[in-house]
Amino acid sequence: MTDHAGPEGLALPAAAATRAEPAGAAGEALRWWRRFARNRGALFGLGVFLAVLVMAVFAPVLAPHDPVAQGVGKPLAGPSLSHWAGTDSFGRDIVSRIVYGARIALVVGILAVLLALVIGVTLGLVAGYYGGVVDAVIMRVMDGLFAFPIIILAIGMMAIVGFGVGNLIVAVAVGFIAPFARVTRGDVLAVKEEPYVEAARLAGVGSLAVMFRHVLPNVMAPVIVQGALRVSGAIITEAGLSFLGLGPPPPTPVWGSMIAEGRNFIVMAPHVSTLPGIALMVTIVGLNLLGDGLRDALDPRLRRGA
Amino acid sequence: MTVRPDDLPAADVVLDVRDLTVEFLTEEGRVRAVDEVSFQVRRGEVVGLVGESGAGKSLTSEAILRLIRCPPGRLSGQVWFRGRDLLRLSEAELATIRGGEIAMIFQNPGGSLNPVFRVGDQIVEALQLHRPEPRRTLRERTLDILGRVGIPSAAARARDYPHQFSGGMAQRAMIGMGIACVPTLLIADEPTTALDVTIQAQVLALIRRLCRETGVAVLLVSHDLGVISQMCHRVLVMYAGRIVEAASIQRIFHAPAHPYTQALVACLPGAGDRQRLGAIPGTMPGLRALPSGCRFHPRCRLAEARCATEEPRLSRLDDGHLAACHLAGR
Amino acid sequence: MLRFTLSRVGQTLAVLFTVSVIVFAMMRMIPGDPALMLLGDDFTQEAYQRLRAKLGLDQGIVTQYVLWLRSVLEGDLGDSLLLHERVSRLVLDAFVPTLWLVVASLVVGVLIAVPSGILAAMRKDGPWDWGSMGFAILVYSMPSFWKGIVLIWVFSVWLGWFPAMGYVDPLARPGEFLWRMVLPAITLGTFFSGLVARIIRSSLLEVLDQDYIKAARAKGVRQGALVYRHALSNALIPVVTVIGLQFGTLLGGAVLTETVFSIPGLGRLTVNAILSRDYSVVQGAILVAVASIVVVNLLVDLTYAFLNPKIRVT
Repeated sequence: MTDHAGPEGLALPAAAATRAEPAGAAGEALRWWRRFARNRGALFGLGVFLAVLVMAVFAPVLAPHDPVAQGVGKPLAGPSLSHWAGTDSFGRDIVSRIVYGARIALVVGILAVLLALVIGVTLGLVAGYYGGVVDAVIMRVMDGLFAFPIIILAIGMMAIVGFGVGNLIVAVAVGFIAPFARVTRGDVLAVKEEPYVEAARLAGVGSLAVMFRHVLPNVMAPVIVQGALRVSGAIITEAGLSFLGLGPPPPTPVWGSMIAEGRNFIVMAPHVSTLPGIALMVTIVGLNLLGDGLRDALDPRLRRGA
Repeated sequence: MTVRPDDLPAADVVLDVRDLTVEFLTEEGRVRAVDEVSFQVRRGEVVGLVGESGAGKSLTSEAILRLIRCPPGRLSGQVWFRGRDLLRLSEAELATIRGGEIAMIFQNPGGSLNPVFRVGDQIVEALQLHRPEPRRTLRERTLDILGRVGIPSAAARARDYPHQFSGGMAQRAMIGMGIACVPTLLIADEPTTALDVTIQAQVLALIRRLCRETGVAVLLVSHDLGVISQMCHRVLVMYAGRIVEAASIQRIFHAPAHPYTQALVACLPGAGDRQRLGAIPGTMPGLRALPSGCRFHPRCRLAEARCATEEPRLSRLDDGHLAACHLAGR
Repeated sequence: MLRFTLSRVGQTLAVLFTVSVIVFAMMRMIPGDPALMLLGDDFTQEAYQRLRAKLGLDQGIVTQYVLWLRSVLEGDLGDSLLLHERVSRLVLDAFVPTLWLVVASLVVGVLIAVPSGILAAMRKDGPWDWGSMGFAILVYSMPSFWKGIVLIWVFSVWLGWFPAMGYVDPLARPGEFLWRMVLPAITLGTFFSGLVARIIRSSLLEVLDQDYIKAARAKGVRQGALVYRHALSNALIPVVTVIGLQFGTLLGGAVLTETVFSIPGLGRLTVNAILSRDYSVVQGAILVAVASIVVVNLLVDLTYAFLNPKIRVT
């Protein structure tokens, strides 16, 4: 696949096996960036992601009020100068809750995808490398998992693990394991036949080391792209679960639950539901554009080596 | 720049192309893929259009039926057929001529048939468009046609899908579809290039036979001089978008006037007493980087100083023989 | 075709088996004594012992699975704690509204996506192309539950055109069914119409570039027939597959949409069950939902094979 990284694969120390860019010279990265930057949608997406990230990290500084403090304003008041997004039924400031809500969204979204990535890539690596029965069994299980709509799988997982942020991450992650496993396995099957892998094996390098040091770095690029693309899906899933009442318990500010709470007041105070929804939507659109841009920017590089 | 190749009685001329130009609008500006090409095709005649890949021959043939997407393409000039300029007709009028009075077959026979329709139905459609009759009659005609082009078990074959046809059979079917409506002109764009050598010979023989039987005129486009030599009465040689020589088949092979033609002929196996195959050094220039003066001069063994500055016009050497070269005939 | 069918059916059975194992494993992983959990408030020593025997809890896990599978295949999915009804009855009753919702959404989605995708391809790079593709991305990125709420706000609260909730039997009262289904179907349908429109556009563009379209034009086929007969018949074949495969996504989306619009479907049943720890219902609902997805996928594959002459006639 990316055979331009071939010879370097042997020389990379173990630590480099987990680096995002295999054999990335500064020039390569710059070229990639220029290709990415040409896509205006992708730049917008990057901007959105950075904005949300800043919101999440600097929430205590950015939020005008304490997100869980009740009665800071008249309940269900519409947007005004003192409360840009109005207040909810408990008199809490919605802007602050939206800002803090970014934390859960990003934490769950990114960690869930990372967890799914680690598990999925390992499974795909093992399946592709060993082949045979191991491959068949793992892939059958992945096929089974694939049949589940992500949210249904997440609901099922919540029954097992219970509620709470950590469990939410696990539940969302389960739905994304199968795509990662499949993508990785496909690439591993191709890379497995490359000469430098053969060479490593003949040189007596142990299977595990061959897998992780030589094969893995060369299949990481498309996996990273997949990961970026899936974060938005993870966030939507988390929002959906919170909306259904399966997310972090109140009074934690979570966009999904905020939308659910606002449902009862849609007639007199539509802003309670609509505004957090806009935040969610902008985040999703931005992340989707970012993911698409990443994929398009990396694509020519991926195709070159094949 | 319209030098008419032959002063013929108009009645005999089936296709009269004058200063046909095909331009494309690209990011880097306008590019002329076909540059003021003029020629005629007579009734019952097989005219060959030969040149290297990229010389513009396929585009020329596609331009006649306006099969080129415009924009980004742009056609100019005149294409006279039966008293009408094809480039000025409306789409509706042109559609009656396509497949009816002028038929065209292409290089990729399997790919030229719609994969989801049965082959017989596609021929019926061609008939339906130009000679509508009750469906049953059309089906019978289709079987006739398939038989005529040498496809055995026509009834069974008509019910097959294109992917079940071999390349040679598919091309026969395409030819059958082409002559189904008894056209006046058949345009064949590299009809045998994608076929095995043995099948090539069969398909060419088929075209020759049909030409004799129906009197259809043929414009045969090919990069293969060997194919041209078997089929054509007259030959037009194209280079970098222009016609550089036009002559009868005998003249082209025995007394080519343009150095490019001479080189092409010399490349044929068996030409002269060569032990090795000849080759023409260099490659044809890209359309955006055309040489000054004569387009062929960088590769020409006879090139003089004049050739690099002044572009030669297509001029008459003698009866029926034209060449665009300052040093023609040497 | 026959060989293809047999192999796909075989694959489907394998996946169904795997799914059943996954569902079984999921339920068994819930901490606690399964028999106790399933009895809940109806606990009596006698019932407890009976249930333990039925589930095979004193035997190996594989035996337990086999026993469970056997009862599932016989139609016994257990009993609901909360509602004191057989799970199979509850699940099947709830499945019907969900199916109707999914079908209505498919119809809405296709009605939007097909013309928009075709137009986008025909007027490539024009304002219609960018506009509809931009709209598609926007709609695809909108969380469906939020979209539903916004639609309710605009069309129910503000304009008062459509109701915000409810479901009636379409066979009994078709008019009212349609009226109540408009908003939910738009919510769910627009979501996948974005994806399908993009795919139709790219599929059609690819087909229009093919040699057989050029040859058909050279044959004298007019533009209209060229696109709608020659091109679409090829371009839509892969699209049918994509639409069919969306069944799973739609079922997932239905879970949220049902909650927003108070439709008594499978999604709402599952969510309520999990919040009240009614695990046999959760298990039964998930099993039925996923099994139906797998079967629909099989039907989609077979339909594709039928439509594509290269597979149908070998």
